Amino acid sequence: MARMKFICDAERCIECNGCVTACKNEHEVPWGVNRRRVVTINDGVPGERSMSVACMHCSDAPCMAVCPVDCFYRTDEGVVLHDKDLCIGCGYCFYACPFGAPQFPQAGAFGLRGKMDKCTFCAGGPEKNASEDEFRKYGRNRLAEGKLPLCAEVCSTKALLGGDADVLADIYRQRVTTRGKGADIWGWSTAYGKPDAPAQQPEAGGKS
Amino acid sequence: MRRLTGSVLVAAVALSLVGCGEHEQVVVYKQGQYQGKPDTKPWDNESFAGDRAQWEATIKARNQSQNEYRRING
Repeated sequence: MARMKFICDAERCIECNGCVTACKNEHEVPWGVNRRRVVTINDGVPGERSMSVACMHCSDAPCMAVCPVDCFYRTDEGVVLHDKDLCIGCGYCFYACPFGAPQFPQAGAFGLRGKMDKCTFCAGGPEKNASEDEFRKYGRNRLAEGKLPLCAEVCSTKALLGGDADVLADIYRQRVTTRGKGADIWGWSTAYGKPDAPAQQPEAGGKS
Repeated sequence: MRRLTGSVLVAAVALSLVGCGEHEQVVVYKQGQYQGKPDTKPWDNESFAGDRAQWEATIKARNQSQNEYRRING
């Protein structure tokens, strides 16, 4: 069974916001709600880096842990979803999430919050697949159509990858070995071995 | 007379317990357990007709299209 994940390659992201636009258009996300956004670190400074961020569908999701009405669930594919019919819009998940993924539409005057909205990995929600109710509440269900999240599929530089974690790790590993650098990034030694003894040496004269 | 009193007592107890048999009218929240509607599998639709293997194969092929080294060289 696939374990669905996103990964964003900061070496490739050009801050075009194509992923953000594609997501908003695909799911007809209301004004003020951004399921995905591009964050730039050291903006304007040489060497700045951009990252596309949304719900990371955590294996040990803090939002699930803090939800007082237990409206979150994880599918067999590892996608973290929630039932909007149960959500009370309390905002606990927003404070718990390290990625700022949960979004709250303004439901009325005086700062009244609506039900939480977040990236669904284009997997809809607990309503019937491809139904009108599912689209209205959660957006399009691309996974049920045999497709991957649009943000990743539309990415022009393929900085943002989405899909089965094992396949993504293979793609990223090939990139890093071809690129000849990247073994010093955080978590690399844990996942792929020590930097001084990498699992696979970069190819001589590899493409960039 | 004694029998009548006993019957009245039993009836009174039964009547007073009727309220206890009322079912919950609201969702009962249990800590750490999903309380919402069950979700359907992504392969439970017209396109895949419940064929999980076909869905997984489709997703796997789609996944590989994100690898431009493979796309260009292959």
